[in-house]
Amino acid sequence: MQSGNTKYIWELLNTVPDPEIPVISVVELGVIREVKFENHYLTISITPTYSGCPAVKTFMDDIKTCLTENHINNFELKIVYSPAWTTEWMTDATKEKLRKYGIAPPSNIVICPQCKSENTTLISEFGSTACKSLFKCDECLEPFEFFKCI
Amino acid sequence: MSNLFTYTLRIADSSLILGQRMSEWCSNGPTLEEDIAMSNISLDMFGQANGFYQYAAQLDGTKSADKLAFRRNEREFFNHQLVEQENGDFGTTMVRNFLHDVFNFLFYTELSKSKDETLSALASKSLKEVKYHLRHSSNWLIRLGDGTGESNTKVQDALEELWMYTGELFEMDNLDAELLNSGIAVDNSALKSEWDRMVNKTLVKAKLTRPEDAYMATGGKKGLHTEYLGFILSEMQFLQRAYPDAKW
Repeated sequence: MQSGNTKYIWELLNTVPDPEIPVISVVELGVIREVKFENHYLTISITPTYSGCPAVKTFMDDIKTCLTENHINNFELKIVYSPAWTTEWMTDATKEKLRKYGIAPPSNIVICPQCKSENTTLISEFGSTACKSLFKCDECLEPFEFFKCI
Repeated sequence: MSNLFTYTLRIADSSLILGQRMSEWCSNGPTLEEDIAMSNISLDMFGQANGFYQYAAQLDGTKSADKLAFRRNEREFFNHQLVEQENGDFGTTMVRNFLHDVFNFLFYTELSKSKDETLSALASKSLKEVKYHLRHSSNWLIRLGDGTGESNTKVQDALEELWMYTGELFEMDNLDAELLNSGIAVDNSALKSEWDRMVNKTLVKAKLTRPEDAYMATGGKKGLHTEYLGFILSEMQFLQRAYPDAKW
């Protein structure tokens, strides 16, 4: 029985990718708030990124699949709303992964992930997913997505 | 029905109905970017509604969040009449949303201080999203109001038409007053002066004239609605009415 080993559970969760940005895991995204083992029962607290983000349902299903495939069955996924999810929980290493993937990471200055120019313009505050907005680079002229700061 | 249940339901209903209205723009937006923007806003509204319905369902103990959304009749909905008003042209939608976004911004700011931990958490979460909804509708109002003669006329007309649905936002009934006393509810009437200040500020920038406060429609809190809600529900609830308990 490995479910009592919360460090191992964190490692397993770190293998579950974000369904919309597969280069980062749900742990790196910062949505896993707590992994608790009590009375032989595992409780994983998850906070949604955006209230209506359709990826939340998908990664909750993916987490369930990942745990059961690893023979962990005595668990519950709990949705928590407080504190509200913020991009401030993202580490520099995660931001670097986003940048390499072509998405400008959350930051006060929006830098082109292609040519690293700061000379960028907002096209639309809303992008292909709830968490991103659309920019263009005025230097290399490439359009790109920016992970919004919230 | 407990007071807290009804109070939570009222918040959820306004989010759901506005979300449904915004979803009508999906594939009908004036540009691709705006189509995406309005669909995104719709998703946020549905997500917020879901959070409040889940809590209401938990308080009620007999009905699920889905049942609350899809199996209640028009007279059992407590949303603001403003949010059920027709989309009209793009400018009309932006005016309606702007008037409601300013209210939502102030309302959630206060509700995040509620003594009820769940309401407070849901409000803090919603507030983050409402902030950029407000930025979106304000920017469009300014662009259209201060745009061409035609765009100015269209949004000014929409403003005149929708103004009578803004009075209801600040109403307090006995239920609100009781929950306000216990530190749970927001004092809506106290939001009016800041709402006025924020709305006026944007209207000036948009070169629009604030309509006179005249007759104000009322009734959303009692389940009284304009003719539009019935049509919204008949479309939104069709599947669950025709195939009860159908699962995705």
